[in-house]
Amino acid sequence: MGGRLFKNFSFFSATLSFFILIGIFSILLTYAQDSIHEFGLDFLGSEVWEADEDDEELGVFGGFIPVVGTMLSTIIAMVIATPLAMGIAIFLTEIAHKRLIKPVSIAIELLAAIPSIIYGMWGLFYFAPIVQSTFGGQGVGLLTAGIVLAIMIIPFMAAITRDSMNTVPDVLKESAYAMGATKFEVIKDVVMPYAKGGIIGSIILALGRALGETMAVAFLIGSVMQIPSKITDPTTSIPVLLANNFAEAQGLEMSSMYYLALILFVVSFAIISVAKFYFLGKKVK
Amino acid sequence: MNRLLLNKVILILSTLSAVVGISFLFWILATLTYKGISALHLSTFTNDLVEGGIRNLLVGQFTMALIASAIAVPIGMFAGIWLREYSNQSRLASVIRNLSDVMMSAPSIVIGVFVYALFVAPFGSYNGFAGIIALTIMMIPIIISTTDNMLALVPKELREAGIALGGSKHKIILQIVIKAAKVGITTGVLLSFARIIGETAPLLFTSANNQFFTMDLTGQFPSLTVSIYNLATYPDEASRELAWAASFVLTAIVLVINLTGRYMTRNKK
Repeated sequence: MGGRLFKNFSFFSATLSFFILIGIFSILLTYAQDSIHEFGLDFLGSEVWEADEDDEELGVFGGFIPVVGTMLSTIIAMVIATPLAMGIAIFLTEIAHKRLIKPVSIAIELLAAIPSIIYGMWGLFYFAPIVQSTFGGQGVGLLTAGIVLAIMIIPFMAAITRDSMNTVPDVLKESAYAMGATKFEVIKDVVMPYAKGGIIGSIILALGRALGETMAVAFLIGSVMQIPSKITDPTTSIPVLLANNFAEAQGLEMSSMYYLALILFVVSFAIISVAKFYFLGKKVK
Repeated sequence: MNRLLLNKVILILSTLSAVVGISFLFWILATLTYKGISALHLSTFTNDLVEGGIRNLLVGQFTMALIASAIAVPIGMFAGIWLREYSNQSRLASVIRNLSDVMMSAPSIVIGVFVYALFVAPFGSYNGFAGIIALTIMMIPIIISTTDNMLALVPKELREAGIALGGSKHKIILQIVIKAAKVGITTGVLLSFARIIGETAPLLFTSANNQFFTMDLTGQFPSLTVSIYNLATYPDEASRELAWAASFVLTAIVLVINLTGRYMTRNKK
């Protein structure tokens, strides 16, 4: 009797995440309906974001700027984070002395544990001025957001890459060493090919994270509705626009916000799924 | 280039990457400690936000995170138990497992938007319950995956021993399997608690914020993280100081919980 109840409740709990995901998708789609009807796919190509002067419920809204801002800040973050994360993973698996592995791993994992709002605060008051004096611009902007975003995703990328590099059998590496290969050659020709799936998976997962990151970017990207002409220019991104303007929006503007949220949700869903199913495999232990 | 030289260059670059990563950690922590401690007074903990303190914010943030955990931990654990003990690794189980993994990486701001549509807009006001629901949604998939992975580590023989003693399935799960995986699951719970207590984006337009002390979950609810976001953008020095103090306290809480969780699993070995 109790056993059946226990089993049924377990099953109900397990299906809950399925229903939440369906729920998120259908709610976003429903509320975005007005905007989708009004602007269709042209929404993605239009730079105008203006409420009507006479009627706040109406206006013309296009998602081009936040979409481009999201993509550019993510690309900058990926370009910086990928080599550094690979370096850290290589250091942890192939170079570090046994005694160093644990403390360095913990330090990198703590970096991942720091809340994103802290990255934002620190970035705004301590990092933005450095970017400004080195690269010019106003301090806040694409580049600052991209660099801080990179620091935030490095630990995540490094951890998964390290784990997949650790799965490389020692025998394989030892045979390469026996042939006279240098450490780098072993990493390049034995470790990397063997751990390829995990490495690419970690890069794509980190990409998904960077796309949806809100608070740090909200502090650092400048939150201006403009297309950046330089890498140091301020602009905005989908999560930042949502964070700052969602609550005050009305009517068609609100619906356009839901449209943006829907785009972000679907894109991250697709990216994460590709990473999980294609590259990381279904790790059923 | 000489292959030995190339080897050396790559190894040095890799080591440097680790140095860069660790330097950022210490840079951020040093800044926080320096700015935070100088802005921190005893009155910071005894006053509410309206009087320039963070008492109500701490209570509010913990209240929401604790209630969210009280909901998410049982649901996530039951789901993990179903996946590992009841599903027979069916197709449905692998679909659910994958969806829950995807949900774990869903942008937190989108979860905020979703909860706003369901639990804020219909009532016409921000409320603490909505904040709790948003945090719960963030936490469930983390608990599912922890439970799932930790139960997988429990040896089959323990379950078989239970069956041989004539225990019913749910008794075996509750009294043997869960006990064996207790430490791992507790660590997972602590790590996910550390994660949600530092969340801002899902709270921005669900619980929003409150300057005053309140325990009324049907109205705007005080949040430490949302306050940090607001305070940091105010132009006056006092607000910024308070934002640093709050950031320091938040980070200390998050890191202490995180390290406690890690320490527990390490002791087990």
